[in-house]
Amino acid sequence: MSSWPILSLITFLPLVGALFCLIVNGPKEAVDRNCRSVAIVTTTVTFLISLLLWVRFDPTKAGFQFEEKIAWVPALNIGYHAGIDGISLFFVLLSTLLTPICILASWESIKVRVKEYMIAFLVLETFMVGMFCALDLALFYVFFEGVLIPMFLIIGVWGGKRRVYAAFKFFLYTLLGSVLMLLAIIAVYWQVGTTDLPTAMEKLNLPFTWQCWLWLAFFASFAVKVPMWPVHTWLPDAHVEAPTAGSVILAGVLLKMGGYGFLRFSIPLFPEATQYFAPLVFGLSLVAVIYTSLVALVQEDMKKLIAYSSVAHMGFVTIGAFVMNMQGVQGSIFQMLSHGIVSAALFLCVGVVYDRMHTREIAAYGGLVHRMPRYAFTFLFFTLASVGLPGLSGFVGEFLVLLGAFKANTWVAFLAATSLILGAAYALWLYRKIIFGELSKDSLKGILDMNKREIAIFLPLILLTIWMGVYPNSFLDPMAPAVDKLVGDYQAALKLARTAALAP
Amino acid sequence: MIVGLENWTLARPELFLAAATALLLIYGVVRGEIATPFVSAATSVALLVTAALLFLPYREGTAFSSLFIVDRLTATMKALVLVGSALAILMSRAYFEQARAWRFEYPLVVALATLGMMLMISANDLMALYVGLELQSLALYVIAAFQRDSVRSTEAGIKYFVLGSVASCMLLFGSSLIYGFCGGTAFVQISGALADGRATEIGVIIGLVFVVAGLAFKVSAVPFHMWTPDVYEGAPTPVTALFAVAPKIAAMSLLVSVLMGPFKPLFAQWQQIIVVASVFSMALGAFAALRQQNIKRLMAYSSIGNVGYVLLGVASGSEKGIQAVVFYLAIYMVMTLGVFATILMMKRRNIMVEQVSDLAGLARSQPMMALGMLIFMFSLAGIPPLAGFWGKLYIFMAAVEAKLFVPAVLGVLASVVASYYYLRIVKVMYFDEPPGEAIDRPAFGVNRAVALVAAFLIAVFSLAPQPLSLIAEAAAKGLFP
Repeated sequence: MSSWPILSLITFLPLVGALFCLIVNGPKEAVDRNCRSVAIVTTTVTFLISLLLWVRFDPTKAGFQFEEKIAWVPALNIGYHAGIDGISLFFVLLSTLLTPICILASWESIKVRVKEYMIAFLVLETFMVGMFCALDLALFYVFFEGVLIPMFLIIGVWGGKRRVYAAFKFFLYTLLGSVLMLLAIIAVYWQVGTTDLPTAMEKLNLPFTWQCWLWLAFFASFAVKVPMWPVHTWLPDAHVEAPTAGSVILAGVLLKMGGYGFLRFSIPLFPEATQYFAPLVFGLSLVAVIYTSLVALVQEDMKKLIAYSSVAHMGFVTIGAFVMNMQGVQGSIFQMLSHGIVSAALFLCVGVVYDRMHTREIAAYGGLVHRMPRYAFTFLFFTLASVGLPGLSGFVGEFLVLLGAFKANTWVAFLAATSLILGAAYALWLYRKIIFGELSKDSLKGILDMNKREIAIFLPLILLTIWMGVYPNSFLDPMAPAVDKLVGDYQAALKLARTAALAP
Repeated sequence: MIVGLENWTLARPELFLAAATALLLIYGVVRGEIATPFVSAATSVALLVTAALLFLPYREGTAFSSLFIVDRLTATMKALVLVGSALAILMSRAYFEQARAWRFEYPLVVALATLGMMLMISANDLMALYVGLELQSLALYVIAAFQRDSVRSTEAGIKYFVLGSVASCMLLFGSSLIYGFCGGTAFVQISGALADGRATEIGVIIGLVFVVAGLAFKVSAVPFHMWTPDVYEGAPTPVTALFAVAPKIAAMSLLVSVLMGPFKPLFAQWQQIIVVASVFSMALGAFAALRQQNIKRLMAYSSIGNVGYVLLGVASGSEKGIQAVVFYLAIYMVMTLGVFATILMMKRRNIMVEQVSDLAGLARSQPMMALGMLIFMFSLAGIPPLAGFWGKLYIFMAAVEAKLFVPAVLGVLASVVASYYYLRIVKVMYFDEPPGEAIDRPAFGVNRAVALVAAFLIAVFSLAPQPLSLIAEAAAKGLFP
């Protein structure tokens, strides 16, 4: 069993499902039904197989596990090299968990071109999982960019009114950042003669100016993906216009690609540049945390508000990643996982009422608690998780990041902490406007509470949020050796550079 | 034995093609219009047989007193050109039949043009180069104006002829300067003279500039691109498909063998010219296409942009760079033929349409056709994992290796701009509502097969670029023994 290529299996299984969907033919209803079933079965099986990773993962090892290595394009020295460590393990699981939930969430809300929709989602899952498993720079880039194609179509075909604008903005913004990273990858290739990541980590030894240029090129790509202020403007548009499941994947997984990229590539490959640019990252992140929280306060669209809150939460992630101590980095990863679940759930919450009322305007709602008690509970649960209520997942990540930041720079920690207040302000304001108050609007008088399918979607997320909040060690322990190695290597590289500089 | 004929068997493919064309011409003249289907099919077969002859058996060397050279690079390029021409002939039938211009001369003139391309690819002497180039150009002028009762087609032909003649003059003038300063037209003589210290003479450099300008016209690189959009738009669509593929590849191969052959010692001089032409071609190809409504015109600008990327590979002047050129051109050919096969299927009520807006809602009316076009567009935009990405990656790898950092950065930025108009076609097909009347269901036939095979090949190259890169590697060995 150990020789089974589990990573390739979970990467390409969704693609097999997509091919199935592609050849399904017949009357429209039958095609729609079959494609839905194929998609849910494939993604669920993929999720179950990916759980094997967690079971068989050795939490004491720092290096890569489940490695697979095949020469792919020997002419260019590009290999298909997959493997995961404690950092990527949970991102893979997050992707495989959220995809079936997305399929389930689109069960009824997507009525046109179901076949294409399911194919797009399955292809998207392949790219996402492949990206988190990739240990080759070129392979990573292929998956990283490949994500754009299905996402462009998901936003553009099934999105809202301004979907075309949002789809183009999303695509071009991300592409612009990524092509610079491609050049940086090529530069690394000419330095070490291969695009293999472990080899590059070992051999790459660049002069400081070069490190800075390449760091900036990688930064251009990841900062857009995270997104960091001031290149975050694609996010609110993309979120608002995307269909519910598209927003869920965007917030749940796609944003994490940026944070993951920093940890996997920028920091280990360019340690000196990382140290040099850390204040810049802190500055931009703090602006993001405070400014976007304030912007969130004045939104009139529910999805836009949550989108801005995502930018603020991801600001915590980048702060944590760049303070480069154990607590900070662990907190950063934990915050990404928690945000992946909580913000995904919040978008699903918006989707629940959107499916019924077809509007996302905050002003159109109010007093839902009278008609939808179950919904009110779920929404409150995730609002509090997002705010960082102790005992739920959001608290652990934010606390660890603040702890790490405090160690590195008190002012950064102080300013970042203001978002705890602002975050509570906009999240609770949103909740009050929608759920509490008089049920005065006629259109809402007949609204129905969540049905069984919707409960089935939220239940695993609720349990997971509690688990992460109450016993975070299940998640922190497997990632500890990998994070420890990351921080240790980083400090060692800096020390080496310092002695080299002092030497006569 | 007559001097110079020792190795004439090296030119078997060319001789075969010339003989086949002559025989088919006689047959066509004797039988008249009835012979058209046969002549057309037979010409395509002859072109493919010629391609097979290149490699069965493969031999290299020079012939005709060093006028003619065969190596891996020329053989590979010729194979691409021959396949491109053969497919262009097959793809033209339905179009010309409908336009009532289905004549047996068309495939034969294409075959003659192809013969010219083969000669110029194999040229090892400035005179041989010019003769091959003119055979190709004259044939192409004729087919640009082939639909003779159409004003646009005639206009395209005349425009192409006038501007093409100017380019030929420049090439000749440059050749004469080089002849004067180097004492010969054979590539060996030129490189010998340059190695002897003639490289610094200003006359040689001016000659080089004129030669490069003449060739830049043929590959439609900026600033000699002006003819391209008009000719692409005006010429009959199957002819545009041919123009976009075969002559481009042939001229690019010629450019490579001239610059990397006799003018290798002047690398520092010509690199500047090529870099500038490359950067401006990429930029113009990206920006000028943004607002085009006619899909043929859009493809013209797209081809200018693509030439820019290929030139970047040439400018790196390394083995990697030449590999990248071959690799890129092969993928470019597949994508372009696929796109034009799709354009040739764009009919509404059996009338050809060629506006981008005519594709609206194609994903609903003709999902497979739209999916094919989607693959071509994302591939042209260079989005991974599609094959076009590997081509661009190869090119940029060569450019970074040659320390052409600024052109590489400008190149990737231009590719982002260019991706906008490729995406716009995807948007029109997938996001827009279909108009009242959808595009006709594409008929079974050559175009559908070509589009299908092209999409399939793109998929294969995307997942397994290795075989193609091995071919490119072997081809580049021709210049770097």
